[in-house]
Parts: sequence; structure tokens; C-alpha cells
Amino acid sequence: MEIEKFSYDNKIVKLFAYATILWGLVGMLAGLLIALQLVFPALNFGLPETTFGRQRPLHTNAIIFAFVGNGIFMGVYYSLQRLCKARMFSDLLGKIHFWGWQLIIVSAAITLCMGFTTGKEYAELEWPIDIAITLVWVVFGLNLFGTIIKRREKHLYVAIWFYIGTWVTVALLHIVNSFELPVSLFKSYSWYAGVQDALVQWWYGHNAVAFFLTTPYLGLMYYFVPKAANRPIYSYRLSIIHFWALIFIYIWAGPHHLLYTALPDWAQSLGIVFSLMLIFPSWGGMINGLLTLRGAWDRVREDVVLKFMVVAITAYGMATFEGPMLSLKNINAISHYTDWIIAHVHVGTLGWNGFLTFGILYYLIPKMFRTELYSKKLANWHFWIGTLGIIFYVIPMYFAGFTQAGMWKQFTVDGQLQYRFLETVTQIIPMYALRSFGGALYLIGAIFMTYNLIKTIRAGSFLDNEETQAAPLSKVYEKAKNEHWHRWIESRPIQMLVLSLVIVSIGGILEIIPTFLIKSNIPTIASVKPYTPLELQGRDIYIREGCYTCHSQMIRPFRSETARYGEYSKAGEFVYDHPFQWGSRRIGPDLARIGGKYPDAWHYNHMLDPTSISPGSIMPVYTWLLDDELDTASTPAKIKAMITLGVPYPKGYEKLANADLKIQEDSIAASLKRDDIQTPSNKEIIALIAYMQRLGKDIKGLPAIPAKVKK
Amino acid sequence: MSVLFLLIGLSLIVAIVFLLAFFLSVRGGQYDDDYTPSVRMLFDDEKDNSEK
Repeated sequence: MEIEKFSYDNKIVKLFAYATILWGLVGMLAGLLIALQLVFPALNFGLPETTFGRQRPLHTNAIIFAFVGNGIFMGVYYSLQRLCKARMFSDLLGKIHFWGWQLIIVSAAITLCMGFTTGKEYAELEWPIDIAITLVWVVFGLNLFGTIIKRREKHLYVAIWFYIGTWVTVALLHIVNSFELPVSLFKSYSWYAGVQDALVQWWYGHNAVAFFLTTPYLGLMYYFVPKAANRPIYSYRLSIIHFWALIFIYIWAGPHHLLYTALPDWAQSLGIVFSLMLIFPSWGGMINGLLTLRGAWDRVREDVVLKFMVVAITAYGMATFEGPMLSLKNINAISHYTDWIIAHVHVGTLGWNGFLTFGILYYLIPKMFRTELYSKKLANWHFWIGTLGIIFYVIPMYFAGFTQAGMWKQFTVDGQLQYRFLETVTQIIPMYALRSFGGALYLIGAIFMTYNLIKTIRAGSFLDNEETQAAPLSKVYEKAKNEHWHRWIESRPIQMLVLSLVIVSIGGILEIIPTFLIKSNIPTIASVKPYTPLELQGRDIYIREGCYTCHSQMIRPFRSETARYGEYSKAGEFVYDHPFQWGSRRIGPDLARIGGKYPDAWHYNHMLDPTSISPGSIMPVYTWLLDDELDTASTPAKIKAMITLGVPYPKGYEKLANADLKIQEDSIAASLKRDDIQTPSNKEIIALIAYMQRLGKDIKGLPAIPAKVKK
Repeated sequence: MSVLFLLIGLSLIVAIVFLLAFFLSVRGGQYDDDYTPSVRMLFDDEKDNSEK
């Protein structure tokens, strides 16, 4: 067998590394901004683009898809080549992948600021970007599998399995959750409605955490931790068990995001059981990572790369212990909607994803630039400032979460709720201030790293093609000169099987979903009617401004919630909600039954200046809604889309919709006038008021719904 | 609640794909040796690359 000479492509790794650093800083800065906005609402600047509701999705998307996403690609493009003893399948595909992904990020940042959003958490990007993501993901897949196929090392190291699992699952999740009906270039409605939409969304949402923030990073852990420590993983056998166990269990855990909702009990229990089981593979993996350093702990004291990795793995262990605990119903009853979840998430992102990324960067950059790290001391500073940052971030948020939960559920001896909602907000503002401090520390650490790495890069000389050599795989298939291209796949049964199954399932989904779901939009509560055109327009404004980032629309069946917000939410109430807007967090109160609670003028003044009505409120002002005119030209298209989705408007209603809209506008303007508010009736605020006043009203005043009607 | 069955179906498909991949990889001899791969990955042939 002849030894083949070839080279590893470091250039693409370098590009992804730069992008990781850049977007990391941007994403963290956006995070710091929204953290400070909760302390100083003036930092919303009174502009739509900079207001919390639009910046929060920007922060989450930037961190998940831009920072961690580029981090994944950086690590995969570096390790895959070496593990496969092969250059990446195609340099061109790599470039398309890189620039395509950056283009997606930039367009995401712009469109999110402009308020183009689907209103589904971590999947906010509108349909043209969704399609672009799919295409770039396919390019990544081609490059990934292409490299695996032409590898010179027969054994697939465990990291590669994690990459494969990631690619397949993310592709499926993204496609299924992004099913939407375009109304215009930057507006679409989720194909699913209400409870169905919530289910799909959290099936996606949970697995986005599982297969975007966890499995690829575990792959990176299994490559970079042994490399940095220069010793093999503690137990290779355990790593194999870790992978297969994790991948089989993870996908079932999604329903734990929807405990105490309209989801059937058995589905909730299924989610809980699998979530609890997850602790075993997760901790197996954590222990495997940590024990890799057995007998080398003295090096952790010296080596900053290992320090970052040890904290990262520890954070992974903490987050994956807490996750199953939070999935228990009795704990979830307390933790859901509170800042506890934000603390939990940030143990994972700041600790696990952030620190592992930093460790990898400190390892890779000097290696690729053939030099020493510019300053070990500065890197140590980064480590300690970053660790302090995590502590200052999560402890106040845990405290805030416990405080919120306690205050929300506190009754007086007379059986009255003890605290108004606003009191539970103002109580935790000091905690928000502290966590902003923690976040700032973390960001400062990342800036130190950036400076350190730039200095290192300047001092080094980059090796863009790393020469190496390896023997080709034995029994490699000899290609005949004139064979048909399909011969290629025929000789590869595994790839063919996987490919065909993926293709078949995608095709199946495309056919099944539409017919399947429209039928289920039949109302199960007779008094629940479709939104009027004006309410629908108002709802789109609600989505555009990201109201769901602070307000939930799902009252759980607890006395503390029904006493505060009214009758608990029923599945049948959401059948026309494309997309659902249940939210996941209550920085502000639940709005599921806000309709009719306050007069129109209250809402008008509250949007103009929330503190004029609720002193101490941290809600931003929404003055532009009072000035901007409602775009009624879109009404017919929107109604038509809703009809397509199965909402029972009368036939041809799209032509009459704007007339009805005008009548409702005028009546609200008239009602405002009675309260001495002069406003033209064609402003956006009118539509938003119409929507808010409708919320939860359909079943108000009805006798308690018997269980049967609920389906 | 029909979407539930769709999601379960999809999750099952993914699980089955992974199960098949698992069986095939075991049969393909991927896991016959569960020790040396962890050591082999530590060795990169880094010849001709050092400038120093």
C-alpha cells in the first residue's frame, strides 16, 4: 500500500474561528444590552430596533447560531480532517458554507431588528432565511459526509458520530418547525396552530439545545480535551455508550417544556421519564471528560486551555443534572416562567459552550499560527474574570427565580394574592443589575481573549495547508472509467440507507402535514371565533414587537395563577393562533385574559408610557405605535393565508376584510375619544388594542367548560 | 393533538435511522477495538510543518 501525501485545510478553520470570536462579542454585547434594559428601561432608546422585544431574539440567535454555530464549524472542520486523515471533501463547499452562514447571520441581525420575525423562540428568522439555512446546512452535510466517505482511517472516532447525529437531527428539526405559509417576502404564518404549534416548537426548541448546543460540542470535547491534555479519553467504551444512549433519549424529552399545559398527560409523563433518563448518558459523558485528566490534574493548574475545558465540562454536568430536575412536575410548577430557567440556560451557554469554545480557540490559534500564545497571564485573567462572570450571572438569577416563584404564589391569611405583579418585578431589579455586572465581566474576559489572540496571530505565521501523509484505506473500491455515477452510492449501503430514509421522511412530512393539521383546526370550543381583520393585524404587531419575550399567554391550572389571571387556558382557545404565543417567561404578567380587563385608553397610555400607569414598570415605551399607520394593504393576503391554513372565514372574506377593519378601527378611536384621547383611527396602536382587548375573551363569562368539550 | 403523532413518528424515524446506523457500525467492525482509537487520535503526523 502506498503512502499518500496530502494536506489539511487550515484556512477554513481560521475563517470560522474569526467568525466565532466576532459574533461571540456581538452576541454577548446584545445580551448585556438587554440585561441592562431590564434595569434601566431608558436603554431601550425609544426606538423600535433597539427595544428589548427585538433585541432579545437577536441575542439568542446570535449566541446560538452565530457564536456557537461558527464554533461548531471551526471545531468540526479542524478535527474531522485529522480524524479522517483526509482534507475536507471540497474547499469550494467549505467556502460556500462559510460565507453562506455569515450572510445568514447578517440578514438575521438586520431582519430581527426590523421586526421581521415568526414569533417562535430560537426560530424567529423568516422564511427566506429559513430556506437559506436549509441550503447551507445541506452544503455542510455534503462536505461532512464527503470527507467521511473519502477518509483514510477506517474507524470513525466517536466525535464524528456526534457530528453525524447533529447534522441529521438539526436538518429534520429545522425543516419540521419551519413549516410556514408566506404572506409576503418577510411575513409568514406558522403552518401549525395553538397547541400543535407549541408542541412542534418545543420539540424543536428542546432539541435545538440538545443537537446544536450539546451533541456537536460533545464531539468537540471528545476531540479537543484529549488533544489538549495529550492523553486518551478516560474510557473510549463509555464514550460510545454516551453517544448512542444520548442520541436515542434526547429526542423524546421535548414535552418537559409544556408541563401543566393542554398537552395530554401521558405525553407529559413520557417527556419527564426520558428527561430523567438523560442524566445517565450526560453524566457518563461528563465523568468521562473529567477523568481524562486523571493523574494530570497538576497540568490543569498550569495550562489555561485545560482550565477552560474543566470548567466547561463541570458546567455541562451541572446543567444536565439541573435539566432533569427541572423536568419534574413539582419543580417545574415553581421554576417555569421564572428567571431560574434563564440561570439554568446560562450555566449551559456561558459555562459549557462559552468556556469550551474559549479553550478550543486558545488551543487552535497558536497551533495554526505556529507560535506560543501571546500572554498566558492574560488568558488566566480571562479565565478568572469569565468564571466570576458566570457566578455573578447565575447566582442572582437563581435568586431572582426563587423570589419570583415565591412571590407569585404567596397568599395572605385571607386567601388573597399577597403581591401585585409589579411588586414581584421591582423586587428583583437589583438581581438584574447584579447579573448585568456578571455578564459585563464575562464580556470583558472575551475582549481580553480577542486582544490576546490578535497579538498571537500577529506574532505567528499561519500554516494554511498542513502537509501530512497517510495510507489509503485498504479494499478501496477501484472506480471503472466509464461507470455510471450512481455506482458510487450503490457500493455504499450505509450512506444510501441513511440518505434514502432522510429523503423519504422529508417527503413524507411534506405530504402529511398539510392534510393532517388543517382538520385539527376545527374549534373544540364553540364560542372561540377567528380574529377580526383588525385583531389579526394587531396580533402581527404583537409578534413583530416580540411581546412574547416578556409576556406569556398560557395560564396554568394553579390557584396562584387563576386567582391572578383568571380561568386557566384551554387547548381549544388557541386553534386560530398561527403561531402560538404562549411565551416561556414572565418578566411581565400573563396576557392570556387581558381582554376587557382595562379600558382602551388604559392600553393607549400604557404603550405611550408604561410608568405613567404602573410606576416602577420596566416595560419599554412603544411610542411609534401611536405614530405609525397600519398597513392595511396586507389584510387581504393575510386573511387569504389564514383561510388556506383552515381558519373558517367566510368564502371571499379577504375582499370585505378591510371594510370590517375600518369599522372596528373607528369604534376604538371613538372609545378613546370618550376618554379624551384624540387619535386618527388608522394608527398601529388601534390594531394592537383591538387584539389585546380580544385576548381570552371568547370564553369569558361562559360557564366552566366541561372536560369533554376540551377533546 | 394530531401533531403529537407526527412528532412521535418523526422521532421514531430518527431513532430507527440511528438504530440501524448503530447495528451497521457494530457489524462493520467499528467497535471491535474499543481502546486503540482513543490513543491513535492523539498522533498527528506533523512532519515538515515545523518552521522552527
